[in-house]
Amino acid sequence: MAEPLLAIADLHAFYGESHALHGMNLEIRAGEVVTLLGRNGAGKSTTIKSIMGVMGRRSGSIRYQGQELIRLPSNAIARLGIAWCPEERGIFSSLDVRENLMLPPPVKPGGMAVDEIFTLFPNLKERLRSQGTKLSGGEQQMLAIARILRTGSTLLLLDEPTEGLAPVIIQQIGQVIRTLKQRGFTILLVEQNFRFAATVADRHYVVEHGRVIDMIENSELERNMERLHEYLGV
Amino acid sequence: MFELIGIPPQALFGQLLIGLINGAFYAMLSLGLAVIFGLLNIINFTHGAQYMMGAFVAYLCLTHLGLGYWGALIVAPILVGAFGILLERTMLHRLYKLDHLYGLLLTFGIALIVEGFFRHLYGSSGLPYAIPAELRGGYNLGFMFLPTYRAWVVVASVIVCFGTWFVIERTRLGAYLRAATENPTLVQAFGINVPRMITLTYGFGVALAAFAGVMAAPIYQVSPLMGANLIIVVFAVVVIGGMGSIMGAIVTGFALGVVEGLTKVFYPEASNTVIFVIMAIVLTIKPAGLFGRTA
Repeated sequence: MAEPLLAIADLHAFYGESHALHGMNLEIRAGEVVTLLGRNGAGKSTTIKSIMGVMGRRSGSIRYQGQELIRLPSNAIARLGIAWCPEERGIFSSLDVRENLMLPPPVKPGGMAVDEIFTLFPNLKERLRSQGTKLSGGEQQMLAIARILRTGSTLLLLDEPTEGLAPVIIQQIGQVIRTLKQRGFTILLVEQNFRFAATVADRHYVVEHGRVIDMIENSELERNMERLHEYLGV
Repeated sequence: MFELIGIPPQALFGQLLIGLINGAFYAMLSLGLAVIFGLLNIINFTHGAQYMMGAFVAYLCLTHLGLGYWGALIVAPILVGAFGILLERTMLHRLYKLDHLYGLLLTFGIALIVEGFFRHLYGSSGLPYAIPAELRGGYNLGFMFLPTYRAWVVVASVIVCFGTWFVIERTRLGAYLRAATENPTLVQAFGINVPRMITLTYGFGVALAAFAGVMAAPIYQVSPLMGANLIIVVFAVVVIGGMGSIMGAIVTGFALGVVEGLTKVFYPEASNTVIFVIMAIVLTIKPAGLFGRTA
């Protein structure tokens, strides 16, 4: 079996004194879309922040293409080709849409051209001069994904991209994720909405109390629905 | 000779010019403070001392190295900017996550130490610094005499201020700076070395103060307290313009210099306080400042 693109082993992470991840283990192969499912506070976003290097204290191992990330600052991690779309979207209010879109610098060759991005997100083209935070929630989410596609990063960390969005926008974002997978991107997706996750992912890790407690192939999801309901308390 | 509202034009335009000159210094200094506050969240009380250091470097270059005004305009910002970078790396960077008050107290203390050091070495009376030969003399405009050096100060500071505004508001580097002001964690996660950008920004803000100090040397003389006298007014300018607002700092700097100059003509008793009166009014009506964004 091929070497995983990203391998996390015995990862611990802390918010100040609070111990948030308790020995997280997971692997992602190149080209996969993998979700982290779990209840609020289970440690899903913390896992993504730990990969990106924006958590305070971490220990254990996070290897990307064989390289250890645990001691690198976040700017060095980004330069390896990992891009983050945070839960709160992080659209800059002092920048217009074009500036927000062009902000992340290219880190690897092969990033998407702006025209290609507008094909994926036609709404953004109409709003280039608007202040970033004047966009609707859905448009802001699209902008937050769009801007990291320019960078040439091939591992995308998407933190709850569907949170608080209307069903029609969620469908659109699902379509974008499927297109990105076809184009060879590897995606780690944090989701609470497993119905949405089932439409885009290859595999699902279930996270509870800061560690992975189960892994379900998407093809097995239907058969394991009861188990999943129990995990997620739905 | 004609008179304008009972005031001889020489007096009116003379004070207007002095107002513009003062405004040029207010604008350059408050611009540096605004840039520093915006990105570092530090109220840089050392700014006046750094302005004074610029003037002293010019004086020392001339007396010890024979390096004149034009050389000092380049050397002083670099040396004083490097001193700023040293301060940022060794002390200020520890304070970013704390309340503004800590940064203010630290930089206030550093300002006192720096000023005390120069006063110890050079005394508190001013040292002369000659206007460079190319900028001596002036033009008789009919209604007033315009000294060449003063015209140069206004023009150069307008260029420096709007150059800085352009870089911050209209370039990719400026977009990084504005974005890092809002969310440094995310900007760093895009691959930008934010700590280095912060250090260089502080160095640049300090260099701007030193540049103003060199410009001021031939006008106000070189004295250890020249910055301390100015910095309080400059802080009032920053508050009126809006903390962290670049355009606010520039426009308010020039405008308040002119207002102060005109007050000297019409009601001289109030000329030292008019800026603080305006500050009080602005704080009452628009606490975020004229150009500031309310959070």
